[in-house]
Amino acid sequence: MGLFTELKDSISRATDRLFSEQEPKRIGIYGPPNAGKTTLANRIARDWTGDAVGAESHVPHETRRARRKENVEIERDGKTVTIDIVDTPGVTTKVDYEEFTDDMDEEDAIRRSREATEGVAEAMHWLREDVDGVIYVLDSAEDPITQVNTMLIGIIESRDLPVLIFANKTDLDDSSVKRIEDAFPQHKTVPLSAKEGDNMDEVYDNIAEYFG
Amino acid sequence: MPKATNADDADAPDGVQIDLISGERMAGMATMEKIRMILDGVHDGNIVILEEGLTPDEESRLIEVTMAEISPDEFNGIEIETYPKSETRDSSLLGRIMGSNETEAKLTVIGPANQIETLHKDETLISALVSRN
Repeated sequence: MGLFTELKDSISRATDRLFSEQEPKRIGIYGPPNAGKTTLANRIARDWTGDAVGAESHVPHETRRARRKENVEIERDGKTVTIDIVDTPGVTTKVDYEEFTDDMDEEDAIRRSREATEGVAEAMHWLREDVDGVIYVLDSAEDPITQVNTMLIGIIESRDLPVLIFANKTDLDDSSVKRIEDAFPQHKTVPLSAKEGDNMDEVYDNIAEYFG
Repeated sequence: MPKATNADDADAPDGVQIDLISGERMAGMATMEKIRMILDGVHDGNIVILEEGLTPDEESRLIEVTMAEISPDEFNGIEIETYPKSETRDSSLLGRIMGSNETEAKLTVIGPANQIETLHKDETLISALVSRN
């Protein structure tokens, strides 16, 4: 094979890769603190890669850094959808270290609150710059009409990002999926319990449909 | 442009200062000027009411700057309330092209997190309890 033919084949292969292999979409998992975002991220990652993403806790702001799990391949109906999952810190407009002092000493509580504020700012930055779609996780046992939820959904909509709302914690007695559907009727709401693994087939069907 | 006065500047009675800021006053300001004006007021313990609220991008930056300014025992952040979107809002592509988003500006209340507590909120009513520090 001549040098010219080899060069032509090489350019052709590079061009094919450039246009046929789509970069995995980065899907940000957003929501208020303690909605179960990391539990969901871990459930998805464990189901499809065998690894977890991060630690889970009942104490708010356990996740204080955005964490990305790359190349999560989800198979649906014989097709494979590849996404990067970005588990983000819970978004809030206030952080009071005294919220944490029941679970740790004051010094650790202050450190946790400082890290939490940095984490929220980081989550907002990812939302403006670096995600291609959003899974918005809500605790279905809580009232969804809060300012943080209203603002974040508005920010996501203003950026024209595809969004799925996950009504999590359906295993709790006070869970109401309808309350979430009524609060955000413009978006698809999928009920689930990430902790118990309930309704994960519908979760994956929707992820593949919305972000594939 | 005159600044909103601070109650601490004068021998004002012990109370909560409320600044109602018109859409006209906000219209000529850059994003960071708006955020600075809001947070300076909130740091002083004032309740800031915006006639026309903020854009989603401005809200996102307000959250970021607020987080950077939180300090233990001094400033815990903000409470912010705006009416949620109406279910009947036209969010279709045609609606956006026709500019229906322009009518989304909504009255917004912002205050120090340790002084304002939302009691009730729905699409047409915000009820909040404001306390002195």
